[in-house]
Amino acid sequence: MQRIAGRGAVIFAALLLVRATCADVLPDDRADLFYSKYSGGGMDITGESVLVRKKITENLAVEVNYFIDKVSGASIDVLSQASQIKDERKQKSGTVEYVHDKTTYTASFINSVERDYKSDTASFSLKQDMFGDLTTLSLAFSNTNDTVGENNGTAFVPVVTWLGHAESRSYDVDVSQILTKNFIAGLNFNLITDQGYLANPYRSVRYVDPSNAKGYSLASQVYPDTRTSTAIQVEGKYYLPYRAAITGSYRYFRDTWAIVGSTYELDYTHPINNIWILEGRFRYYKQNHANFYSDLFDYASEYRFEGRDQDLAAQDNYTIGAKATYAFLPNGWKIFKRATITFDVSRVAFHYLDFRDIKYYGVANGYQPGDEPLYQFNATVYQIYMSMFF
Amino acid sequence: MPSLRRSLQWAGAALIVGAGLMSSACTIQPWVKPYERDRLADPIMAWDRDAISSAYLDHIRESREGSRGASGSAGGGCGCN
Repeated sequence: MQRIAGRGAVIFAALLLVRATCADVLPDDRADLFYSKYSGGGMDITGESVLVRKKITENLAVEVNYFIDKVSGASIDVLSQASQIKDERKQKSGTVEYVHDKTTYTASFINSVERDYKSDTASFSLKQDMFGDLTTLSLAFSNTNDTVGENNGTAFVPVVTWLGHAESRSYDVDVSQILTKNFIAGLNFNLITDQGYLANPYRSVRYVDPSNAKGYSLASQVYPDTRTSTAIQVEGKYYLPYRAAITGSYRYFRDTWAIVGSTYELDYTHPINNIWILEGRFRYYKQNHANFYSDLFDYASEYRFEGRDQDLAAQDNYTIGAKATYAFLPNGWKIFKRATITFDVSRVAFHYLDFRDIKYYGVANGYQPGDEPLYQFNATVYQIYMSMFF
Repeated sequence: MPSLRRSLQWAGAALIVGAGLMSSACTIQPWVKPYERDRLADPIMAWDRDAISSAYLDHIRESREGSRGASGSAGGGCGCN
């Protein structure tokens, strides 16, 4: 009898615990310090960020984030026509999150400023748990207004000409579904519409020009004024027979510029003694080129729309990454309950299938326009960040 | 006018389906019981443990690739929030 009562007490305690954890509650208060460095393709970008999240009441939380990117160098196609750049981007964001019953409402605002680019984004989302908390449905909408400029001065004495505006609207529908006690699946759909000045003013098209010693000349890109894209991703996360998890995902993308892309990702997560969480990941991405992209046009203004931006070219890339998270302060310290520090490194290999390296190869090296080697480069991304929970 | 009527028919059908879903949401029995979700509640089963890091990597990719969007699920590993 005592044994049955004991077992009943355990089950009751487990039910109370589950009830406590599965009631819709806001995540823990936290503060994060973040540093990152990207090196590759002639560019060095460092990023620093601080994030603070605090519950005002049990149902209401606010989050603020400040991010600063510092860019030096320039990508290959910018280097082909201009000097190196130095720039920085400052991004501020604020988020308010409110939970009522099984629904979480989130509103946020992001402001991003560079010398030659300004962007404001307002977004709203709601998340609903349903079907016995097996399903989480999330709907989100965001509206972005960009002002695009071009710096015709130098890195130190900028002379910015404002070229135009762009407006973007994004709609998301995400479903997360518990399928078994070891397996959870996700389905994510996104639609984005853009309108306005969508080109990159720092990149140019090139066309055959026998009067030029190089055999080609450069001209401004002309993009369509509108773009609509859809993306759908399926993903699954499985808890292995021992304490580790494996995640797989596939994303299909297409847009009205005829870009079709596929992304495959595989991730393995392995904790050690509740102190370390180790993670390894592999990602492969491929796409075809936009319908107005060409590495070399036959003559000036051959088509109404012309682009030679790297990200519009046919390409593939793969990423190998590793992450280690170390948990410390298990008994807390002052106001902090616990803390973690994370090291993350990724190596990305980019291959372009119809974008040629005109910076380092040309007529002087015996390469005629259109015969230069295809461009490729490797990049390394480092991240280190500390999270303190209170 | 026929298009308006068709739109109203679609809206009515959507309302009926939505009402059905909402009412079944109240009565459906979860096939994974709350006390069987300890593994799903493990932090290693979270879709996204580090929001700043994920946003940063997405930003890097979207500035070098033509694709964008649909890069993450909502909700935690235990379906709690």
